[in-house]
Amino acid sequence: MSTLVQERTTVQPAPARAPRRRPGKRTILLAGAAVAWLVGFLVLHGTSTLTLPASELTDLHRSLNQFNAWVAANRADNPVFLYVFTPLRAAVDAVANVFITTFAASPTGLRLPEIGWLGTVGLLGWTAFAAGNARVALLTVAVFTFFGLQGLFLEATYTFALVLTAVLLTLLVGIPLGILAGVYGRVAKVITPVLDFMQTLPTFVYLAPLALVFLIGPASAVIATVIYAAPPVIRLTAHGIRAIPENTREASDSLGTTGLQRLVTLQLPMARRTIVMGINQSTMAALSMVTIAALIAAPGLGQVVVRALQSLDVGTAVNAGLSIVLLAIVLDRVTTAASRRADPAAARNRRVSRRTRYILLGITLVLALAMVQLSRTMLWAAAFPKDLNIGPAIVQTVAAASQWMQTNLSLFTVSFRETVTTGILNPFQSLLTDTPFYILVAVIAVAAYALGGWKLAALTTACLGVIIYLGLWSDSMVTLAGTLVATAVVMVLGIIFGVAMGRSERVDQIMRPLLDAGQTMPAFVYLVPFLGLFGATRFTAIIAGIIYAAPVAIKITADGIAAISPTVVEAAVASGSTPWQVITKVQLPMARQTLALAANQGLIYVLAMVVVGALVGAGGLGYDVVAGFVQSALFGKGLAAGVAIVFLGILLDRMTQAAAATPVRKIPTTRTRTT
Amino acid sequence: MNSPDISVRNLWKVFGPGGEKIPNNPELSALNSAELLARTGCVAAVRNLSFDVAKGEVFVVMGLSGSGKSTLIRCLTRLIEPTSGEVLVDGKDVLQAGIAELRELRRRKMSMVFQHFGLLPHRTVLDNVSYGLQIRGAAKNERYARAREIIELVGLKGYERHYPDQLSGGMQQRVGLGRALAGDPDTILFDEPFSALDPLIRRDMQAEVIRLHKEMGKTMVFVTHDLSEALKLGDRILIMRNGETVQCGTGDELVGSPVDKYIEDFVSEVPRADVLTLKWITRPVAPGTPGDAPVLSSRTVIRDAISAVMRSSCPVLVEDAGKITGQIDRDSILSVLQPVEAAA
Repeated sequence: MSTLVQERTTVQPAPARAPRRRPGKRTILLAGAAVAWLVGFLVLHGTSTLTLPASELTDLHRSLNQFNAWVAANRADNPVFLYVFTPLRAAVDAVANVFITTFAASPTGLRLPEIGWLGTVGLLGWTAFAAGNARVALLTVAVFTFFGLQGLFLEATYTFALVLTAVLLTLLVGIPLGILAGVYGRVAKVITPVLDFMQTLPTFVYLAPLALVFLIGPASAVIATVIYAAPPVIRLTAHGIRAIPENTREASDSLGTTGLQRLVTLQLPMARRTIVMGINQSTMAALSMVTIAALIAAPGLGQVVVRALQSLDVGTAVNAGLSIVLLAIVLDRVTTAASRRADPAAARNRRVSRRTRYILLGITLVLALAMVQLSRTMLWAAAFPKDLNIGPAIVQTVAAASQWMQTNLSLFTVSFRETVTTGILNPFQSLLTDTPFYILVAVIAVAAYALGGWKLAALTTACLGVIIYLGLWSDSMVTLAGTLVATAVVMVLGIIFGVAMGRSERVDQIMRPLLDAGQTMPAFVYLVPFLGLFGATRFTAIIAGIIYAAPVAIKITADGIAAISPTVVEAAVASGSTPWQVITKVQLPMARQTLALAANQGLIYVLAMVVVGALVGAGGLGYDVVAGFVQSALFGKGLAAGVAIVFLGILLDRMTQAAAATPVRKIPTTRTRTT
Repeated sequence: MNSPDISVRNLWKVFGPGGEKIPNNPELSALNSAELLARTGCVAAVRNLSFDVAKGEVFVVMGLSGSGKSTLIRCLTRLIEPTSGEVLVDGKDVLQAGIAELRELRRRKMSMVFQHFGLLPHRTVLDNVSYGLQIRGAAKNERYARAREIIELVGLKGYERHYPDQLSGGMQQRVGLGRALAGDPDTILFDEPFSALDPLIRRDMQAEVIRLHKEMGKTMVFVTHDLSEALKLGDRILIMRNGETVQCGTGDELVGSPVDKYIEDFVSEVPRADVLTLKWITRPVAPGTPGDAPVLSSRTVIRDAISAVMRSSCPVLVEDAGKITGQIDRDSILSVLQPVEAAA
C-alpha cells in the first residue's frame, strides 16, 4: 500500500521525453539466455552432444531389457501378476472377446462371428436410430456396408468391437468418478492433476509398458484406450454437475432434499446433456487410441494402416484410413445425435409423437432381428460377398495417383520439402543437437526461471536430468526441434485463422465444422495423405503434426478473441483505430493468456504426432519407441524413449503453462490487512 | 398479536476466516463494517438481529442491496449456516436441529420462493410444483392431485405440461410460488421474488400474494428492496442496513416517525397520504367544533378520508375504540398532501 501511495504522490518533474518503458527482468533474462545459447553453439559446436547411435544401447537400456525378461519369467508366479494383472487382463479380454465374437470373428479369427455382416448392419443401424435419429441410422447402415465394399468389413468390426469394449469400461469407471468429482470438491482437487497428466501423455508412450504387463492383444489395447479415453467423460460429467446454477440447487435444498435425491432429481438430469457430450468425446478418443494400439498388435483397421505405412503402401493406407475416418464420422454423428436427444428442450419439439416413435422402433427392431437371424443362417449374409469388392480398385487408384503426384509434382513438393528442411529444420535441429548439453540445460533453466521462478527452473532441470540419465539427450533434441518448428507454424496458423474467426461470425461459421471434423479424426490418419505427397521423411511427420494440432490452436485463439468484450473493441474503433491496430493493440494483447494456452495445447498435440510420425520416417524418440516394439534387443531403449517423451512433455507443458499464467503486469492488491 | 411463529434472537452471520469468533468478542463486534473488514478480513452480513414474526403476519425485510437481507432469510432455514444466535420456530431452535430435523423443517414448515425462480428446466410445470412432495415421498397420484389444485390456485391451469422455458417470467414465478405452496408449509419465505419481473407483472404478482395470503393465511417473510412493495404487502417492515436493524414497525410508523435521517430519506418519496392514518394528523378537539360533526376512525388511511373531510363544512372528529381522540380539518389534510404534490 505504501509504495502505491508513493508512486501516486511523487510528482514527476515533467519529463521532456516520456521515459521509455525499461525492459523487464524477464525480458533481460530471456534475451541473455538466447545470446548465451548462440555463443555456446558457435564456440563449442559439436562437443558434449551426448549422441547415441540408433542401434547402440546404454547400460540402463540393457537393464531394462533384462526387466523385460524378468517380467516374462515371473509372470506365472509373481503375486502382483497372479492376483492383479492377470485377472484384470482375463476380465478385460473376456469382455472384449464377447464383442469380437459377436461382430468380428472367433477369437482365433478363423470362424465367422455370431452375427454376420447383414445382422451387424441392421443391429447397429437400429441402435443408431434408437439413440439418435433416422438420419444417423441411415449413415450407419451406409458406412458399414461401404466397409464391406472396401473389403475391410472384418477389420472395421474388429476396431468397432474394441472401441465398444473400451467405451463401456471407460463409462463404467468414468461416470461414477465424474459424479464424485462433480459433487465433492475435494475429489475434484485430487483427480484434476491426475487427469491433466493423463492427457499430456502422448498416446504412444504407455503402449510399451502396458504391453509388457498385459501382453500384446486386445486386453492391453483396451486398457491403454481406457486410460486415454477416460479423462473427457470424467471431466465433462464433473463439469455438468458443477455448472448447475446455484439458485436451482438452493431451491432444491430449500425443499429438504437429501444428497441422493439431489443427485437423482436435479444433478444427473440437468447434467445429462454434458455427460453425453463427454461420452461423445471419450468415444472419439477411444477410436483414436484403438487404431494406434495396432502397434501392440491390436487387431483391426489400425493394423492395416500401420503395415501399409511401414511398407510405404500409400494405396492400402488410404483405403484403411478412409475406413477409420468414416467410422469416426459415424461414431461422432451418432453420439452427437444422442446428446441432442438428451437435451430436454429437444424432447418437446419432436415432430413425431412418442407413440409413433415407439411403434417405429418396434417395427425396425423386428426388421433388424430378422437381418440378424438371416446373417446367422445364410452364408451370403454372414460373410460379406467377396465379388462385391472395390477395395483393390481404391488401392490401385490411390497408389497410381500418389505415384503420379510424387513424380509430376516433385518439382513442387520436393523443392518445398527440401527448402523447408535445409532452410529451417536442419539449422534449428543442429542448434539443439550440436550445442553442448550443459549449455542447453542452463539456457532452459534460465528461461524457466524467467517464466515461472525457482520452482519451474528446478522442475525443468530435473526433467532434462532424467532425459540425460536415460541416455537419450540427442534423440530428445531431435524430437524437440521438430516439435518446436511445428508448434511455431501451428501458432501462426492459430493466430491468422483464430483472429479471422474471432472477428467475423461468418468465417467462424464456415471454419468451425471443418475444425470439429479435423479434431474427431484419429491422430494416425493424418500421416496417410502426407505420406502420399511428401514421401517418408521427417518433414511429413511435421506437416502431419501441424495439421493435427492446428484445429485446437485455432479454436482456442478464436474463442479468446471472441470473448473480448465488444465494448472494448467498439471503444477502440470509436477512437479511430484501423482494423490492424485493433488486432495488434487490443485483441491480441487482451487474448495473450488464451494464446499461451493455445500454444500449450498445440505443443502437446504436435508432440504426440511428431512421435507417431516415426512411422513415416521421423527420427528421434519416436523412432526409438517404434524400434522398441519391433526388436526385442531395443525394447529397453524404446521404454526409456517413452519415459523421455513423458518428461519432455511435462517440461514443455509446464513452461507454456507458466507463460500463460504470468499476468501482463502485477495488479496491486487493494485490500490491506493489518495483523 | 398472536404468539410468534418465528423468533430470531441475536442472529449473526459473519463471512470470512475466523468469523465465528467475532460475535462473542465485544471489541470486534462493536466495529463497523469497514473497520471489521480492515481488522479481520471478515464481512458481517447479519449482525445481532432480533425480531419476532407473528402467526399469519406478512413480515417484510427491506434494505438496499448488500444490506444482508437475502443472507438473513437464508439463515432462517440454514441454507446459509448462521454464525451464532437463535432462530426459534415453534419454540425449537433451528440452529440446534440435526440434519434430519432440518430437512423435515424445510419439507413441511418453511418453503421458499426465489428471485431467479430456481425451477428445474428438465421438469414440466406439474413436476416442478410436485417436486417438494416427491422429495418427501408422496405417492405419484397423490402429489399430482395436490399439484393440480395448487396450479389452479396460482392461475396456471392449462400449463401443466409446459416446461419452464416456455413460460414468461411472471408465469415462472407462479410456478415457484406453487412449488412453495404445494407442501402446505406454515411459513413461506420470499427472497425478492418479483425483482426480476417487469413492473406490470410485478403488480399482478403482488396482488396474487395478497390474495393468497387472505385465502390461506400463511405466515410470510418477504425480502425486498422496493419500498412501495414493502408498504403494500407488509404488516410490519424491518429496515436493514449493513446487517443491522435500523427500524422495525408498521408502514405508517416508518413514514410517520422515522427514527433517523436514513429512514427519513428512505421514505421521503412515499405518498404519505396513502400510508399514514388519521392518527398521525389528529389535533386536540377545538372548542368551536360542533358535537354532531362527522366521525372517522383513527385507523382510516388519510387518502380515504379526503372526500369526507372536504365535503364536511366543519372539522371532522376522530375516534379510536369508541372514544373521540381529536379532530382533523381541511388544512391538516392538505399539509400531508402538499409536500408530495409539490414534489410530483
